[in-house]
Amino acid sequence: MSTWKPDPTFYASPGLAAAAPPEELAYVVTLNTPSNGDGAHPDALTVVDLKPGSSTYGTTVGRLDMPNVGDELHHFGWNACSSALCPWAPHPHTERRYFLVPGLRSSRIHVIDVKDDPTQPKLVKVIEAEQIAKRTGYSRPHTIHCGPDGLYVSALGAPDGNGPGGVFLLDHDSFDVLGQWEIDRGPQELAYDVWWNIGYDQLLTSEWGFPNQVEGGIIPELLLGGKYGHQLHVWDLKKRRHKQAIDLGAEHQMVLELRPAHDPTKPYGFVGVVVSTADLSASVWLWHPDGNGGVAAKKVITIPPEPAHEDELPPALKPFGAVPPLVTDIALSVDDSTLYVSLWGTGELKRFDVRDPHNPVETGSVRIGGIVQRSPHPASGAVNGGPQMVEVSRDGKRVYLTNSLYASWDAQFYPDGIDGWLVKIDSDGAGGRFDLDPEFFVSYDGERPHQVRLQGGDASSDSYCFP
Amino acid sequence: MSHTGLWLTLAALGAYHGLNPAMGWLFAVSQGMQHRERRAVLRALVPIAIGHELSIVLVAIVVFGAAAIIEPSTLRIGAATVLLAFGIFRFARPRAHPRWTKMRVNRRELAWWSFLMSTAHGAGLMVAPVLIGLQGAATASAHQHSEVQMAADVPLLAGGLGIALHVGAMLLVMGVVAVVVYEKLGLRMLGKAWLNTDTLWASTFVLAGTITLFT
Repeated sequence: MSTWKPDPTFYASPGLAAAAPPEELAYVVTLNTPSNGDGAHPDALTVVDLKPGSSTYGTTVGRLDMPNVGDELHHFGWNACSSALCPWAPHPHTERRYFLVPGLRSSRIHVIDVKDDPTQPKLVKVIEAEQIAKRTGYSRPHTIHCGPDGLYVSALGAPDGNGPGGVFLLDHDSFDVLGQWEIDRGPQELAYDVWWNIGYDQLLTSEWGFPNQVEGGIIPELLLGGKYGHQLHVWDLKKRRHKQAIDLGAEHQMVLELRPAHDPTKPYGFVGVVVSTADLSASVWLWHPDGNGGVAAKKVITIPPEPAHEDELPPALKPFGAVPPLVTDIALSVDDSTLYVSLWGTGELKRFDVRDPHNPVETGSVRIGGIVQRSPHPASGAVNGGPQMVEVSRDGKRVYLTNSLYASWDAQFYPDGIDGWLVKIDSDGAGGRFDLDPEFFVSYDGERPHQVRLQGGDASSDSYCFP
Repeated sequence: MSHTGLWLTLAALGAYHGLNPAMGWLFAVSQGMQHRERRAVLRALVPIAIGHELSIVLVAIVVFGAAAIIEPSTLRIGAATVLLAFGIFRFARPRAHPRWTKMRVNRRELAWWSFLMSTAHGAGLMVAPVLIGLQGAATASAHQHSEVQMAADVPLLAGGLGIALHVGAMLLVMGVVAVVVYEKLGLRMLGKAWLNTDTLWASTFVLAGTITLFT
């Protein structure tokens, strides 16, 4: 798998990524759950046509069913991306052609080839849970990032469902499990996402919960006791050592998606917090240099809950008389100008101008779904579920949204079930238009879409070593 | 190979290493972009050249040390074996490289990085047969003549000059490319101009090994 010239989808800088031809396919992992259909089916990697003018535009044109049932596919990633051009050990003649697709529940990682026919993915290898457990001590792989010197995989915990969770490495050619990434984890135990400020040799991890804390659904006593993750961890990317734990406060429960600036000269990034136990609000935090060689974090966006009648609420929320916004995902545009914030509870996608990262300004909102509002889509009428995984095209003009979070949590917040959808929103950068594409509505029969990846890379897939 | 041919080969290898993005100029450009100043590009070049030179000197010491105690035919076979083996290794693992994930480097780290990259790439090994040739030619001509070639005829001095020529050629080409890319071309050119020379490079080792064996 070596080419004569660099893979055209490796971009030296964010600017070159944004200027490249737009995506023509989306890859969407879907969850099949017996509670949502009539029986047990495997999860799948599906392919949606995004080529303007195509007769199958906006429809699912391919799929690959996983070999087993019950994987719960989550945040998959490419085998190689723009970090292949990083100057210290470049391998520009490798190819962006495989997806590594982790099963959060099964702990399997599937290696899937999309080169020969991009609409018909082919399974080439399965890394079994036992191998990951044996080589790393970890289980429940969640997020895959093509990184400097290997593939970085975050994992929620240990095989027995307790901690610690962490990060492990896969070889970027053979996909062999290489071992635990951390040499010194310091006080870190909870894990969720991993990403880096590549120009500052700084890796960050966030915190959700151990497998035993999340797999059966959210546990109210743990939530109210502040036992889910509320810290951000800063690491030395080269030395693989823990440098700093930043506590956002125990009331800020579940620190999830890390979105560092794509420009490697910018030392900051954003991270979303699902819910505050103090007032049910959700928040987005900025991490940035503290001026003394360390990192500080501050809350830059707060989103309040929306009052609701008890009889409109699912059992889990009845005592509160309000719908929490639930920031379950955020996405930063490749040019670092615009932040999109998914409110899975209230059913809204908010857009912020973050060109001044310390002072985000809200510049748009789209309503769709929501626990109480159930805002309709022009192409389908009322929908359920809410904006969850959000992905932004490299040029920043198209935003894609899916509506499923995690089966056991879906059941608590959307007890009527979730009918899966993928929608598209047209956005003119930080300001200007921000509308649902009224024609674009991909519905899923009995399955639930989760992470979206765009052909040739997207806003949450690549890291760049050049500004 | 003729005396002049050997010198030209050393310079050409230096120029090739200078052109290769993976050997240094791309790192220099990234330093310039990270710090947003051209001086950072230029500052990076010297440590990179030093690391490269050290990698070659290491091989040269081994070659000249071996030459002092091993007879020429054995040295030749040994060197040829190493070159062939390395060529086969580069065929089998064209992307093998030292582990490195650090962007913010000081001069010492940059020199160390360059040393590791050059060594893994086989830069010193490739220069070795030329040095052996130069050493042989120098020893032979030292018996025949003359003041004009005195400097180049002392084997060690010839080796030193050869390495200096190699690194000088590399530094010149690397510096020009780095500054032109940083100031004018930008990184878009990488997509078109960065040809895959893995196979060519591996073949060159096999060729060099074969030539060393049979000449």
